Amino acid sequence: MYPNHFMQRPVPEAVSWALTRFTRLITGAQARWIGCAPVPVQRIYFGNHNSHADFALIWASLPTPLRRITRPVAGADYWNASPLRRYIIHEVLHGVVIERSREGGTVEPVDVMAAALERGDSLILFPEGTRNTTEERLLPMKSGIYHLAQKCPHIDLVPVWMDNLGRLLPKGEIVPVPLLCSISFGAPLRLQEGEDKDAFLARIRDALLATMSTARPSES
Amino acid sequence: MTHFQGTLLIAAGVFTLLIAVSALGAWLKLVRAEGSPHALIDNMNLRIQAWWAMTITIGLALLAGRIGVVVLFAFVSFTALREFLTIAPTRRGDHQSLVMAFFVALPFQYFLIGVEWHDFYEVFIPVYAFLFLPILSAVKSDTRNFMERTGTIQWGLMVTVFCISHIPALLNLHIPGHEHRNAFLIVFLVLIVQGADILHHICSRLFGKHQIAPQVSPSKTVEGFVGGIATAVILGALLSWMTPFSPGEAALVSLATTLMGFFGGLVLSAMKRDRGVKDWGGNIEGGGMLDRVASVCFAAPVYFHIVRHWWST
Repeated sequence: MYPNHFMQRPVPEAVSWALTRFTRLITGAQARWIGCAPVPVQRIYFGNHNSHADFALIWASLPTPLRRITRPVAGADYWNASPLRRYIIHEVLHGVVIERSREGGTVEPVDVMAAALERGDSLILFPEGTRNTTEERLLPMKSGIYHLAQKCPHIDLVPVWMDNLGRLLPKGEIVPVPLLCSISFGAPLRLQEGEDKDAFLARIRDALLATMSTARPSES
Repeated sequence: MTHFQGTLLIAAGVFTLLIAVSALGAWLKLVRAEGSPHALIDNMNLRIQAWWAMTITIGLALLAGRIGVVVLFAFVSFTALREFLTIAPTRRGDHQSLVMAFFVALPFQYFLIGVEWHDFYEVFIPVYAFLFLPILSAVKSDTRNFMERTGTIQWGLMVTVFCISHIPALLNLHIPGHEHRNAFLIVFLVLIVQGADILHHICSRLFGKHQIAPQVSPSKTVEGFVGGIATAVILGALLSWMTPFSPGEAALVSLATTLMGFFGGLVLSAMKRDRGVKDWGGNIEGGGMLDRVASVCFAAPVYFHIVRHWWST
């Protein structure tokens, strides 16, 4: 068990509890741990990205001891844009906020994530980099996850597949519809010795699709 | 028989039956399965648990009166609509139609039932939702599979909201000589349709040889069909004292109702097969709400119209 780095203050704790309950209620999703067990060890959870609710669903699906040590990686352009978003991402979710479009002088996003991993935190990230609103199942993987795995090769990367969230709250909509969603955690993987970027990103992609097909056997 | 005696008799009958089958289920689990997992017995025990939950929920709703019944079936509709639209082929352009279906059409239909606005609740979804929801999808100018998408949303509203809302609507009927006893019409409908379902299941297991539509539902057989319907007709005649029907009339009403119930189950199975799922609401153990209410969806409006046409004023 890792030490808890964040003070548990009553108001953010209450907001976190409400957010968790609300997300579970509206998505109706029960987490399926297919390839690994819900134990509080350090991990990098990487998921498919269709909706803003993706963060909330992975966050809400983790049992409390895991949630306490897990931090979502979030884009500064969106999450720092309003006081409410800033409050949620910093105080409630303890997010690792990164600059997606960097102009000279700012810190490398990968270094920010690696620093969080060195503190013992787990991370939630979306290797596609942005929300997928296309007909394709996945967008091309960005190289960030490869560089992160190079810096921290001893940490398990756990694929997470979520279904239906893009329909629940599509990009640009405000009111969610309560369709049933599902979330599945697949088998962990690590960067292998001498593995190059393209081979690793292909494995990341395959791991997500494999989790998808175990989650919905009828379409495999 | 007074209203109070009738209520006591039906409660005693249903609870005796439930306790008896629960005891049988526990005995089978202990003696036949020796406590280890057994697909058939475990499935039966899950069903018995569902009957307990259903009996207690409906009982409490009836005790709470009109509002309790309307709220209960609004919740049933909500859960069933959610399961239905989860596997419907909708696209981003349908988002506002879906929002309207869940948060406007459904509550408004039950509001109309609650205030007994009969002329409006019979046309609201078939006419007004039918006309307005496709407009919301069309203005998003995404034409791909448009016909299939709008057709599916409307179908979902019809079967899960419009049809199910005819159960609480039974409370709105005015039947001479049967005042303050409309709750029995609901109990009668649920007992008949559930009875037919259960006996169908048992007869299919014991004698089932000839499948009716093997591609759609391998568990539906001619033997189960005959056994289920025949039992429901006899049960209906025996329970006619709780209704405004004579025993002969009760048998005929039961026949029409359970036939619709049987084919309702068949139609909803065909939809599941089309979408490649085994149970509605696939992430709930032992199937979802729509699996439990499939038969009553199709039976309720027909039963409602029969009673309204021939018995109510």
